[in-house]
Amino acid sequence: MFLADRRQKLRRDPRLVWAATIALGVLLVALPFVTDWAAGRAWVRIAAFALLYVMLALGLNIVVGYAGLLDLGYVAFFAVGAYFYALLASPHFDLHLPFWLLLPAGAAVTCVFGVLLGAPTLRLRGDYLAIVTLGFGEIIRIFLLNLNAPVNITNGPQGVNLIDPIRLGDLSLAQTHTVLGFTVPAVYNYYYLFLALVLGVIFVSVRLEDSRIGRAWAAIREDEVAAAAMGINTRDVKLLAFAMGASFGGVSGGLFAGFQGFVSPESFTIIESIMILCMVVLGGMGHIPGVILGAVLLVVLPEALRYLGPLQQALFGRVLADPADLRLLVFGLALILVMLLRPSGLWPSALRRRELAAGGGAAADGRA
Amino acid sequence: MDIFLQQLVNGIVLGSIYALVALGYTMVYGILGLINFAHGEVVMIGAMVALTVIQLLIGSGIALPGPLIAALGLLIAMPVCMALGYVIERVAYRPLRAAPRLAALITAIGVSILLQNLAMIVWGRQYHAFPALLPAAPHTFAGATVDDLQIFIVLLAAAIMAGLLALVHRTRLGRAMRATSQNPAVAGLMGVNVNTVISITFVIGSALAAVAGIMVAAYYGIAHYFMGFTLGLKAFTAAVLGGIGNLAGAMLGGLLLGVIESLGAGYIGPLTGGFLGSHYQDVFAFVVLILVLVFRPSGLLGERVAERS
Repeated sequence: MFLADRRQKLRRDPRLVWAATIALGVLLVALPFVTDWAAGRAWVRIAAFALLYVMLALGLNIVVGYAGLLDLGYVAFFAVGAYFYALLASPHFDLHLPFWLLLPAGAAVTCVFGVLLGAPTLRLRGDYLAIVTLGFGEIIRIFLLNLNAPVNITNGPQGVNLIDPIRLGDLSLAQTHTVLGFTVPAVYNYYYLFLALVLGVIFVSVRLEDSRIGRAWAAIREDEVAAAAMGINTRDVKLLAFAMGASFGGVSGGLFAGFQGFVSPESFTIIESIMILCMVVLGGMGHIPGVILGAVLLVVLPEALRYLGPLQQALFGRVLADPADLRLLVFGLALILVMLLRPSGLWPSALRRRELAAGGGAAADGRA
Repeated sequence: MDIFLQQLVNGIVLGSIYALVALGYTMVYGILGLINFAHGEVVMIGAMVALTVIQLLIGSGIALPGPLIAALGLLIAMPVCMALGYVIERVAYRPLRAAPRLAALITAIGVSILLQNLAMIVWGRQYHAFPALLPAAPHTFAGATVDDLQIFIVLLAAAIMAGLLALVHRTRLGRAMRATSQNPAVAGLMGVNVNTVISITFVIGSALAAVAGIMVAAYYGIAHYFMGFTLGLKAFTAAVLGGIGNLAGAMLGGLLLGVIESLGAGYIGPLTGGFLGSHYQDVFAFVVLILVLVFRPSGLLGERVAERS
């Protein structure tokens, strides 16, 4: 008890909060330089990808974590955003629209797709919704895969190549710049752009959670009928959740296309949707720091497991099993173990933890 | 008309396999409210184990008749899958019964990834040819060609489904299963051993999965470590289409999905004037699914659940 009190006091101390924030800020800014020096350029790229996935996971968190709608086809919005950018900023149609225009337009287009998916599913609950979203994701992917004939729109399985790198005004992110004597290579530029946008997304998420809409989402998540009885327009609120979540996905899709320079339907399979869902649930549904942790872990862990080969070499003197085969095996095992040991996620919100401790599942068991 | 009949026949064969797998999903869902994502992998393991047994038997040089070899493969694959189903439930799902529902979904996904990669390590990444053991003598009815394997698949699936229905509706165990699916706590108070019933449900579902795995591998002549995933998704879709948690619904959903897919593959080109080719057969299946659910939100045969449990 005493300890808990002390922790509360420490947390409220404004000087400490400021110091922690500044330390975290410095760490995030210095991160590319440090990882590049310590682990190589590839890891800066992984850090940038981790930020992209944080954005995606926070978007899905709105749908699954806040509004409680199980979405197994979230990657569809990522795909729509990516192809929207790819088609309008590449030699494929010889269109080269600027990034500042494509980013909001992409968000708007995916928003429409979110509503398109949401509208027919309003009456569905639980796992019926899950399977429809899954079907939607597959439909989008199959269209991307096959819309190269009779009119070539998406270039089929080959995907779209040579996508324009992101440019902010005169500043191309694909070039190395020198700022205050520091050399900043292309990957770093993307890292910083993604970092800035992630901060924006976190800000929106935090503000949404405590808003009237956020409370309405929490209400329909806990009990839709009661929420409707309290005067919440469940239709609009659900559609809004889909639209918001979708637009986050669309924005990250556009960034992905610009960063990667190449998109193909391969990147948008159902496995991706499942991965993003795992990030949200593994970290702690509905809790922003938890979701961020989940996303970072699930991006970094499979990459880190690539070192299983050298590790075996060091331990046993030879490679016993192909690390590429072992990697996902360990990953699957990790998913199972984490969920068995911490069923409400690695870093659940305090509220949810209290509910679980007190209710023993009354609130958790929402069988539709 | 010939195309129609032929695609209908193909659809029914494919659909009976979907139905067998869908039954596994729907039984588990009916009792635990859990999407057993790993079920598709159990199907795959069934096919792979049977393949290994069959290869060993053929390689051993003993001249056994084809159907006997197939039966032996089935007889060994079934217990393996049943044990696997039991272990999955015991290790990955039972500890999470009181936990938030999505936690169990994530472990299910974890189990699925684990099994896939185990299978990849054991059997490799390549496609394996599944030997043809039944005589493929084609019969022609009114312009549609049917071979012995297809007839056998449909008959066996029908017999298994009839047996399952009898088990669930006519026996003590079946009554216990139905009671557990309605309310596990009260079923426990009435003297039903809920844990045993749940274990048995997984074991039965896995046995069906093993049969389906061998059928699908024999039908396409191919086995592969990734074969369970897509099949599992399709079967789950079929279960939802029929109304998840409902046995007859899973059978109907499976058959319908198979037929829709086959007809879709055959007709989507001519219907759209060649704009959409047969690559779109999956789109066709999912669009039908979405349409059905828009008008009947709890599937074709699903009961209209009250708004809140």
